[in-house]
Amino acid sequence: MALDIGKLDTFPKLLLHHAHARPSRPAIREKDLGIWQTRTWLEFAEEVRALAFGLAGAELRRGEHFALVSDNRPRLYAMMYAVQCLGGIPVPLYQDAVAAEMAFPIQNAEIRFAFAEDQEQVDKLLEIMPQCPTLKRIVYDDPRGLRHYRQSELASYDDLLAKGAEALKRDPAFLEAEIAKGRGSDTAAMLFTSGTTATPKGVALTHHALIDRAKVAAELEKLGDSDVVLAYLPPAWVGQFIFSLAQPLVTGYCICCPEAPETVMTDMREIGPTYYFAPPRVLEALLTQVSIRMEDASSIKRWLYRRFMAVAGRAGGAILDGRPVSMLDRFLYFFGDLLIYGPLRNVLGMGRVRVAYTAGEAIGPDLFKFYRSIGINLKQLYGSTETSVFVCIQPDGQVKADTAGPPVPGVELKFTPERELLIRSPGLFKEYYKNPQATSEAKDAEGWFHTGDAGYFDPDGHLKIIDRVKDVGKLSDGTLFAPKYLENKLKFFPYIKEAVCFGHDRATVCAFINMDPDAVSNWAEKRNMPYSGYTDLASRDEVYDLVRGCIEQVNSDLASEPEIAHSQITRFLILHKELDADDGELTRTRKVRRRFIGERFDTLVAAMYAGKDAVHVEAQVKYEDGRSGTFSADLKIRDAKTFAPAAAKKAA
Amino acid sequence: MSERAARGEVVLSVEGVSLSFGGVKALQEVSFDVRSKEVRAIIGPNGAGKSSMLNVLNGVYHPQKGKIRFKQKEFADMDSHEAAALGIARTFQNIALFKGMTVLDNIMTGRNLKMRCNIFQQALWVGAAKREELEHRRAAEEIIDFLEIQHIRRTPVGRLPYGLQKRVELGRALAAEPELLLLDEPMAGMNLEEKQDMCRFILDVNDHFGTTLVLIEHDMGVVMDISDRVVVLDYGRKIADGVPEQIKGDQKVIDAYLGVAH
Repeated sequence: MALDIGKLDTFPKLLLHHAHARPSRPAIREKDLGIWQTRTWLEFAEEVRALAFGLAGAELRRGEHFALVSDNRPRLYAMMYAVQCLGGIPVPLYQDAVAAEMAFPIQNAEIRFAFAEDQEQVDKLLEIMPQCPTLKRIVYDDPRGLRHYRQSELASYDDLLAKGAEALKRDPAFLEAEIAKGRGSDTAAMLFTSGTTATPKGVALTHHALIDRAKVAAELEKLGDSDVVLAYLPPAWVGQFIFSLAQPLVTGYCICCPEAPETVMTDMREIGPTYYFAPPRVLEALLTQVSIRMEDASSIKRWLYRRFMAVAGRAGGAILDGRPVSMLDRFLYFFGDLLIYGPLRNVLGMGRVRVAYTAGEAIGPDLFKFYRSIGINLKQLYGSTETSVFVCIQPDGQVKADTAGPPVPGVELKFTPERELLIRSPGLFKEYYKNPQATSEAKDAEGWFHTGDAGYFDPDGHLKIIDRVKDVGKLSDGTLFAPKYLENKLKFFPYIKEAVCFGHDRATVCAFINMDPDAVSNWAEKRNMPYSGYTDLASRDEVYDLVRGCIEQVNSDLASEPEIAHSQITRFLILHKELDADDGELTRTRKVRRRFIGERFDTLVAAMYAGKDAVHVEAQVKYEDGRSGTFSADLKIRDAKTFAPAAAKKAA
Repeated sequence: MSERAARGEVVLSVEGVSLSFGGVKALQEVSFDVRSKEVRAIIGPNGAGKSSMLNVLNGVYHPQKGKIRFKQKEFADMDSHEAAALGIARTFQNIALFKGMTVLDNIMTGRNLKMRCNIFQQALWVGAAKREELEHRRAAEEIIDFLEIQHIRRTPVGRLPYGLQKRVELGRALAAEPELLLLDEPMAGMNLEEKQDMCRFILDVNDHFGTTLVLIEHDMGVVMDISDRVVVLDYGRKIADGVPEQIKGDQKVIDAYLGVAH
């Protein structure tokens, strides 16, 4: 479908275009008081215009930054567009951030204006006022609880809108001129990257970059003004920003704001989005809900579900990809669709989904295949804040569980000798705000963006990201060793909670396994296997066999990937304790601290490489009440079978 | 953060109320008043007569002696229908909701007194009945929005955790648009977070709807934080009355709570 946006190069120009081209089509919906309230493109543009006059009256200057702290609401988006109309730069902030985290962006960009959704956000902004002397005006939406606030900085959205509507009557031409002054090369928005390692960086993205990428992706997926999107992820996250601002503007589709964060599931069922994004953790939570509810269903339903999910697993993905499927399976799938898959898609709110994306972290192949098998066109993409999201997308018919797809039109990719992925694309960011050093480190003179991600192309030319460059090592024979890639593959098994792989500068790869106590104890119960506790269970031969099965499956997968076929896991042990953030073995966000674990359990690593069958451990443990004790056990070490690399064999 | 609104004139006064069940003297000569738009707490040790006092106020118990004056009208005792019609609503210590009905329906029952159409009109759902239901539904939805319970709108109350049921009960009482709201231990059995939520809702109700509140509560921290004035009962008698600062320092109150050697 050709998109009818011509050469319009900024967000406000596009907004006015849609108000003109499709005035009565829905632009944005919000569920309020239990009813979906719709604003059409014309109504929405009128609100934005009035608001922009209000902001002009409050003396918002061209090029000035404007902070916004709100959940997805029509008024949040109206405010962003209004700011852009005057050449201002919206800076959406995470609405669940604590007050202290909001101080940095506001100080960094010397922000004078902020928009706050409600009392909670107003309180946070008022709290950081002393550290942010530039902050002069806070516009709030929901007045509840604010009646007795006397701070002179506060102004209500309704007031601003009313004042703007007055001003609009006096001088309607003013805004047209302001909008016409905007250029595609102007900064459209600034998004702060989460600073887990250092201070956050403000990524400045231009209108041109955002519109170009949004348009290319929309054309690829044939999005049009009949599509519907549910806006439920934080607006400060680049993905939501693209899906609810940039892409509606190039396609004219409608975005829907849920009533409250807790009602997302119900709202999604009511709206039936056609275009959907979910990070793997959301998809996993949905599948868990389905599984739990299936467990409670009657035996006939459970039987039907099992039978037809087996059919779906066999044929569903292939039918979606347009690959050949036997007549019998096609027939069975048709029935399954009537009885199981269709209703299931409805329950998930995905009955009308044409295109669904997942990204952000590695997704388990089983999880990914589940959604595809029931007929949901779930695909992966690769991108980041600095690239206006769209770098790689899996095209229909070429979807795989373990790649991010080929580059989308306009994007050039290459790898450094260290396998770092470099990107050149029209969607690249302009700069890190007030941080020329970081900008020049990330974007070189020839315009290549250094992602910090390591990966390679698979035989079909799909991008495969395996790890961060700084974590990738080499075995002593020079084979690529990507510990996180192996660990992720292991963690996709329900019985394995954490895994830590070693192998840098060594001849082979060895692994520590942390079993998942819930899944394994459940497994043991079903087999009537008595055990006294975690350590006992972890040392059982049966459990070792179970884990070895998982590892050997990973090894056989690896054998079919020529780049890393030699990094198969040869030996492993199951740790006697759960890795814990309190012991410093995990970060607070539950990432394994590989180096720390390697040092802490150096005797175990040494024993694995020395070829021993068992090793004695004595470990200090910290209890939750702060006391510490010692603990000793004999850990078994077992070998796992490896497979000869099969370069010719392609993944089915 | 916000300054509290100024409190108005006396809307409810209790004069020399005594209540006994056989030989048990639940209340003896208790007098106090409640000003418009204030948060008035009644506290006291177990068995002090707090719930009895609340039950007298909305006509569940009938005192043997004393007078109650509400909005310039004097009553020897209150009748519970009359109390509701006059704008007194309450919540209960042990939740009294319709367990099998949804949250929305429970809140709609709170609008009962405001419904004018008869059963036939409602069954046919035409004209006035339809308009009326839409209006009541809007009021109920506003309360759902206010109490942030949109996600459980369609959930049967019996399936909800305790803290949420308490919130729904508050919602039903609010649906009657009361002038005076009686809360019987709104925070009993709640965890800290639920208590904080409930405190915020109580203050918001007071602020947003201008409702006068009388609440019974055990948690002293909560009481001292959110009430304007406090009445302390012990063995059916009023032993103190005043602003929280006064009450905290009152020797009789300390004795009643901590016990003294007799």
